[in-house]
Amino acid sequence: MSAQTSELAPALAGEPRTALADALRRVVRDPLGALGSALVLVFVLSAVLAPWIAPYEPNAIDVPGRLQGPSLAHWLGTDNLGRDVFSRVLFGGRIALTVALTAVGLSLAAGILLGLIAGYGPRWLDNLLLLLLDSVRAFPVVMFALAVITVVGPSLQTVILVVVVTSIPAYARIVRTQTLSLRHTEFILAERALGAGVPRILLVHILPNVIGPLLILASMEIPVVITIEAGLSFLGLGVRPPTPSWGNILSDGYAFIRNTPWLVIAGGIPVVLTTLGFTFLGETLRDVFDPRLRRD
Amino acid sequence: MLVYTAKRIGLALVILLLAMTLLFSMIYLVPGDPASIALGPRATPEMKAALAARMGLDQPIPMQLTNFIGGVLRGDLGVDVWSNRPVARIILEALPHTLALTALGLGWSVSLGIVLGCFSATHRGNWLDRVIGVVSVSAIAVPSFVVALYSLLVFAVALKWLPAIGAGQAGDLGDQLRHLILPAFAIGLGWVGYIARLVRASMLEVMGENHIRTARAFGLPERRIVYRYALTVAILPTVALLGVGIGNLLSGAVFAEIVFARPGVGKLIYDSVLNRNYPVVMGAVLVTTMLYVLATLIADLLAALLDPRVRANF
Repeated sequence: MSAQTSELAPALAGEPRTALADALRRVVRDPLGALGSALVLVFVLSAVLAPWIAPYEPNAIDVPGRLQGPSLAHWLGTDNLGRDVFSRVLFGGRIALTVALTAVGLSLAAGILLGLIAGYGPRWLDNLLLLLLDSVRAFPVVMFALAVITVVGPSLQTVILVVVVTSIPAYARIVRTQTLSLRHTEFILAERALGAGVPRILLVHILPNVIGPLLILASMEIPVVITIEAGLSFLGLGVRPPTPSWGNILSDGYAFIRNTPWLVIAGGIPVVLTTLGFTFLGETLRDVFDPRLRRD
Repeated sequence: MLVYTAKRIGLALVILLLAMTLLFSMIYLVPGDPASIALGPRATPEMKAALAARMGLDQPIPMQLTNFIGGVLRGDLGVDVWSNRPVARIILEALPHTLALTALGLGWSVSLGIVLGCFSATHRGNWLDRVIGVVSVSAIAVPSFVVALYSLLVFAVALKWLPAIGAGQAGDLGDQLRHLILPAFAIGLGWVGYIARLVRASMLEVMGENHIRTARAFGLPERRIVYRYALTVAILPTVALLGVGIGNLLSGAVFAEIVFARPGVGKLIYDSVLNRNYPVVMGAVLVTTMLYVLATLIADLLAALLDPRVRANF
């Protein structure tokens, strides 16, 4: 039995890899997918490499040189404290990337856990969890965020907390539905008859069947998370100044919108390009990996 | 339909009750009490105790929860910490601005979305269909507060076509409408894309069905087939989604009201968060949540009324 498995293993492992390579090739060949991948790549690289490519220290104040227009020395001008906006945009990308990865990772993990429990656990627990998830979804996201911030106080951690709590229901629902439909299938019944424990059934057999749509949802959630972070920071309720974040740059820009419009333009464009990039990429990924949901 | 209606209303009430409890218990999940939060770090213990007593925070927690929910049922949302006015009245003054903004945002985005979706579905594969597709995805992706900031910059600051801030002169309907245009544009743009895609997908599905083929076989004009027989069926998923749409627009309205300085509920919540005026924050969040739950309830009931299949699957 074990010899047979190990003989089969390389063949089985080989096939998904070529399928994956094939799928990735299709993503890059799609014009929208290529554009999305390029934008995401630029975003990730500039965020990771910010300390090396930023021309100035992002928090270096130069009051005499404040509110300058774009020039060769300052590509995107300077803000109300004379800080170089281009450097701040680069470092703001680091915050956006950190929040996006942490929040999506945490809510994915929590969503999987709750979804598996709801889908495989007893009926009453399922109903209870569904009600809890529904009552979280009953709040408009921004209102919920503002209520939490009033109580906990604004910080990077609060932003992550809000995003995680509000996006758990979407992940948990997908996992729950899939688990419910799988729990009575023959291969799961067979596994149970063989004496497999609940953790083994859930993690080895059910989870791999759920992970595909979940990852597509996660890639679609990244722009949402980046938007929420930028939005709350714009309100002065997210990442605290002077930490450079796209929302903080927009907030400074809004205060000086009549005289120095480039601040708002410079703060908004990275938000727009990044959300567009992830959305285009997510759309293409969905088309490639989930033919049932194809655009056409 | 009656059974469905009763069940759906029951569910909405339970969710509302849970949401209220959740909102209430948030106050107890964190270190520090609301009175200290409201008064800030320099308050004396006596000041905190006095405010706590006035807010009813010295009573046992289950008592407070029942008081809170009982108050909400009587339309009493507590008293503003700073101005001593009833929270419910403050919210009622701000609410019309937010409702008008949300209604206008939803109205223009849904109308344009349906037209674009129908056009795309009937001109499938055509270059304009592809352009509409890409524009729709982009409209969904771009955050509404960035749209608000950029439209403020372009149309109010640079071109000076439209007023930048405020809600307009009270009593002057034309002025108030002119102040609504930019915020309604900003919060609705994403929904144009969303509805357009939904209607397109739904139309394509319906256009392949038997009753459309029959209509074609009878030689009915294409226009009549599309608008009379296909769209009336294809519109159903959109109706069911309107509830969620209103929740989204209410979220967007917070940003639009702040950017354009409109005295609505979103701006009220924001100002109260900055002042740590927590009774107003909690009251206003609760009222918008109720609106949202009510909107999803109405949308669901409407969808069930129009489509018997929804009722059967509940």
